[in-house]
Amino acid sequence: MKFVGVTACPTGIAHSAMAAEALETAAKEKGHDIGIEIHGASGAEFVDRQTIREADAIIIAADATVAERNRFEGKPIVEVRLREAIDKPGEVIGRAERAAERGVSEASAGAVAEKEGAEAEAGDGEEAVPTNMGGAGWGAEVRRWLMTGVSYMIPFVVAGGILIALAFALGGAVEVTEIDVYENFTIPAMLYSIGSTAFGMLVPILAGFITYAMADRPGIAPGVVGGLIANEIGAGFLGGIAAGLLAGAVVMWLKKIKLPGGFGRIMPILIYPLIGCLVVGALMIVVLGQPIATVTTGLENWLASLQGANAVVLGLILGSMMAFDMGGPVNKAAYAFAIAGLAGGAFAPMAAVMAAGMTPPLALALATAIRRNLFTPAEQRAGQANWVMGASFITEGAIPFAAADPIRVIPSMMVGSAIAATLSLLFGCTLRAPHGGIFVIGLVGNWPLYLLAIAIGTVVSAVLVVGVKEFTGGADTEKATSAAA
Amino acid sequence: MSITIDDITSTNLVALDLEVADQWAAIDALADLLDKDGRLSDRDAYAEAVYAREKETGGTAMEMGIAIPHAKSAGVSQAGVAFGRTNSPLDYGDEKADLIFLIAAPEGEHNLHVTVLQQLARRLVHESFRTSLREASTPEVVVELMREQIST
Repeated sequence: MKFVGVTACPTGIAHSAMAAEALETAAKEKGHDIGIEIHGASGAEFVDRQTIREADAIIIAADATVAERNRFEGKPIVEVRLREAIDKPGEVIGRAERAAERGVSEASAGAVAEKEGAEAEAGDGEEAVPTNMGGAGWGAEVRRWLMTGVSYMIPFVVAGGILIALAFALGGAVEVTEIDVYENFTIPAMLYSIGSTAFGMLVPILAGFITYAMADRPGIAPGVVGGLIANEIGAGFLGGIAAGLLAGAVVMWLKKIKLPGGFGRIMPILIYPLIGCLVVGALMIVVLGQPIATVTTGLENWLASLQGANAVVLGLILGSMMAFDMGGPVNKAAYAFAIAGLAGGAFAPMAAVMAAGMTPPLALALATAIRRNLFTPAEQRAGQANWVMGASFITEGAIPFAAADPIRVIPSMMVGSAIAATLSLLFGCTLRAPHGGIFVIGLVGNWPLYLLAIAIGTVVSAVLVVGVKEFTGGADTEKATSAAA
Repeated sequence: MSITIDDITSTNLVALDLEVADQWAAIDALADLLDKDGRLSDRDAYAEAVYAREKETGGTAMEMGIAIPHAKSAGVSQAGVAFGRTNSPLDYGDEKADLIFLIAAPEGEHNLHVTVLQQLARRLVHESFRTSLREASTPEVVVELMREQIST
């Protein structure tokens, strides 16, 4: 096996060097390769990224916080105190072997928990993906993959969302979406164009880097292509997650095939991307494509048949649909229903749908504000941008959170959005514009109660998502689990 | 000019048959040797730093019977290591130690001296080195053993 060892001691003279020596000797005795990084008071010489990527597990022997832990995202980590590494290096290597086999991390009781380092290093745009997710098994593994995809996707969401919001503010929400900036240049149109281009990459990047977490570099092409096709077939970010996982499975399986000599070398360059893209693309188009289209049309028809329905029922349905897959077929069907209503002179559904769409990002902005440490540093930054996005009816701001933790986030958002939509209908709010959020508040009938409806939905979703993360251990923090062995 | 063992220690800094009551006395005795060798500008400040390091994170003794009290301090003018060996293992924290290395490093940038100290520390992990230290008959032999271990 290949390991990376990191030793860190406050003074950086003796213990970290001794731990390094002990680990090296023990590893070599068992026939493993190990690359060591010694952190001292004057910084550290980091091992290169290729070494980290090839490592089966990371051993951190530290009595001090370790800088740049985010480099180890996604790897099984064994954490011990320096003394353990010096006194019992053979045992530590044994634990690393087991961690690598099981694919999970473990820490000794008393090992230094890393919170500050992860946040402090957020400046370079990367974030620490929690590896100590408490427990073996598929759940934690899949969560890690999703988190990796999300962490690469977030800059696209933040940049795109803010640019679009700016475009709305400067140029009017409806207007900018209709201008072709290449024929008719205005600044708002340009901002909108750049922002929506960035948004176009949300799902492909999410998918591509989920695959990257699973299968390393060879996975990126199949994952990204799968995500692009997910966009094409209108499958939204849930489709992107499916594409990413699928591509990851395909490439991981391909990697198990060992071909001799010259063939072996061309595998990553030719075979993995080719077969990967082919299999994922074909499955997405053939297996998912038609059903998604059918579902979308079916949903639209069903909603249309609810025309005369009671406000509460309609509100609950529309609201939940808006928050279910943010940009996917269900969300689109609800939105299409509202647009159709506009054309037909019914303005209430539009108001309800916009309220439901503003709620998730606002709720997540609120959630990251009141309980920062349930979210990773990148999520916290995305959370701040979500105030702007929520206000502008850019529901996509919520996607990173939903993709990282769908089981907890999506239901929480659905409840708040359902409430916001229902209240909007009950208060008799109407809206004549198809988009714009706060910028078209002037076009909302009964706007004070409208804002109240959104506020209530926001608070409900925020409380729910915080509560569920807090009490069901879904917290994305860096926490050392107690001794597993 | 590369750093050799003679830059960081000498027979003046080796005390075989150390007779002390406990770890603190051992540190004191070895700090005095460093001081007499002209490596400390402020012996007491340095000693304080060493005590502080001992008290945090459970002390510097290891299971294999060695202890490496150390500190980076402004009270150190020249990096060095003093070695003390007791005839019977001393109570040291929650371990017992009979080989004690007191390391002094000046504050500031990691320099070549500290690198040599690190190398020396690494060698201590190996059983054979520790055994030969225990069997060494004179300070000269000890320094020679250390010199062998540090290849530049």
